[in-house]
Amino acid sequence: MPEPLIYDLGAPGRTGVNMPAPDVPLVDLPAGLVRENLPLPELSELEALRHLTRLSQLNHSILTGFYPLGSCTMKYNPIVNEETARLGGFAHAHPLQPAEMMQGSLAVMYHLQEWLKEIGGFAAVSLQPAAGAQGELAGVLMIRAYHASRGETQRNKVLIPDSAHGTNPATSAMSGYRVVEIPSDARGNLDLEALKAECDDTLAALMLTNPNTLGLFEEQVQEAIEAVHAAGGLVYGDGANMNALLGIARPGDLGVDVLHYNLHKTFTTPHGGGGPGSGPVGVAAHLADFLPGPIVGIEEEGSEEMGPVYGWHQPPKSIGRLKAFHGQFGMHVRAFTYILMQGAEGLRSVAEHAVLNGNYLRVKLQGAYKVPYDRVCMHEVVLEGRWADAPDIHALDIAKRLMDFGFHPPTNYFPLIVREALMIEPTETESKEVLDAFVDAMLKIAEEAHTNPELLQQAPHTTKYGRMDEVKAARQLVLCCEIPREQ
Amino acid sequence: MKYPSDVKYTKNDEWVRVEGENATVGISDYAQDQLSDIVYVDFSAAPGANVAQGATFAGVESVKAAADIYMPVDGEVIEVNSALAQKPEAINSDPYGEAWLAKVKLTNPAQLDSLMDAAAYEAYCKERSA
Repeated sequence: MPEPLIYDLGAPGRTGVNMPAPDVPLVDLPAGLVRENLPLPELSELEALRHLTRLSQLNHSILTGFYPLGSCTMKYNPIVNEETARLGGFAHAHPLQPAEMMQGSLAVMYHLQEWLKEIGGFAAVSLQPAAGAQGELAGVLMIRAYHASRGETQRNKVLIPDSAHGTNPATSAMSGYRVVEIPSDARGNLDLEALKAECDDTLAALMLTNPNTLGLFEEQVQEAIEAVHAAGGLVYGDGANMNALLGIARPGDLGVDVLHYNLHKTFTTPHGGGGPGSGPVGVAAHLADFLPGPIVGIEEEGSEEMGPVYGWHQPPKSIGRLKAFHGQFGMHVRAFTYILMQGAEGLRSVAEHAVLNGNYLRVKLQGAYKVPYDRVCMHEVVLEGRWADAPDIHALDIAKRLMDFGFHPPTNYFPLIVREALMIEPTETESKEVLDAFVDAMLKIAEEAHTNPELLQQAPHTTKYGRMDEVKAARQLVLCCEIPREQ
Repeated sequence: MKYPSDVKYTKNDEWVRVEGENATVGISDYAQDQLSDIVYVDFSAAPGANVAQGATFAGVESVKAAADIYMPVDGEVIEVNSALAQKPEAINSDPYGEAWLAKVKLTNPAQLDSLMDAAAYEAYCKERSA
């Protein structure tokens, strides 16, 4: 039986709470504001909780199974993060409290800024951006402000590899730039010659994801960055795949001028379902004055008896605020906790195991599935979900069939330059047993694709709801719930 | 897969059919097959606009991907197939006929020589399907 809408549950007059008798005089609302036909659900607390719990059980989460969604880094988020985020001093802080009354919260933000500087090799960090895409916007707006401050307003184009996340061109266009797509070469690298051909005095920036969305380290990253810098352009680093680099390579050392981190990917803050995300930006020294603010600094150095005094300050040429108050503070506490728990060695181990797990899957699957760019990968591997001798099977069918084995489907049909792409990111938090079970399922599916293709085409079979009609949903989009109204 | 011989093709999988001084433009059978079910079409160029070869004049979205559609040759847009907004699936069923995207007045017909004929385009598609 399908789960009913919340409007179809409960009964008139039923309620979850008993309101105390009012201890202030009641006031009649103006007649024009009074509505008789406001059909709000009327449920007991237990009914509401059961409904929401049943809905949550229809979902797949990292707590119910493996979640190899490529480029999303769906790693396990340690419970200790939730403990610290709920400490009263953090959870009950009000963002308008004066700085001297929230020194502990400011200390967390200050140290997180410092650690992100160290991890990425940057001169300064702002925690303002509310998510990855806003971090991108912050970065590109800083690049634009930087060129403007030097009088180089003729710089009007941004170069973006054809493997990039769609947010990169969207951000550039939103910032008023023209987007020029740079193709990938046969090894899955950015085509260096095509890049160099675009390096002229109209170049504002290159947006680069490294490792790229094929899960491959850009082998000519330094040449690419040097070419952009020689033309007077800047390099924006998309930190989506930072999980592969932690403690091993620093984007700032490679010459990246500005990069956003995804705390919700790399640093174990909640991801998906509204997160919320958090996308701090790190910059080289020449962009530090342009950071979105306010950021946390030390107002007075500490002594042996007293810790330092922290305060807010706005960088002198700041692009301004991106978010009310101080960014996603609850996420800052979680990421702070994670980095503190890992330490430097732990963070390096994260990247090592993420890359090892990615390559383990690549090697185990490469016979049964085509690996279009077949070289050692980083934290994720991209396969083709198609076979010449199974022409009616598509990546989508493989993804849906995986659900029958209890796995979340990998990212599919992205990156766009791989046909029938299946983009698999195991993350470091999965055991060999889980990876082996996933490999077994993938190999079985490859066999079924040839022996019993209908099984894939009609999958999933074991979930409460079967194959959704995505075409109908897209063509006849209905976003409104029809609320029954009393006549 | 259909590769009609009365049109010429681009590397980005658009086709152009010349009718005197004008031409009709659309996307190929291979393109619609790669995109799968098309659910949305919009036009960034309106009648009267001059669109250069290689510039975007429309976008299509399928359940898999969104794709820009590029003008195969320089032209002044005479008409766009706005009926497709209500019936995007026609691109899947009849990409060379009912689901044409735009009619243009050719402003640089010499560019047609740079496009592929049906045989060359078929070979190009098969190479990519290998």
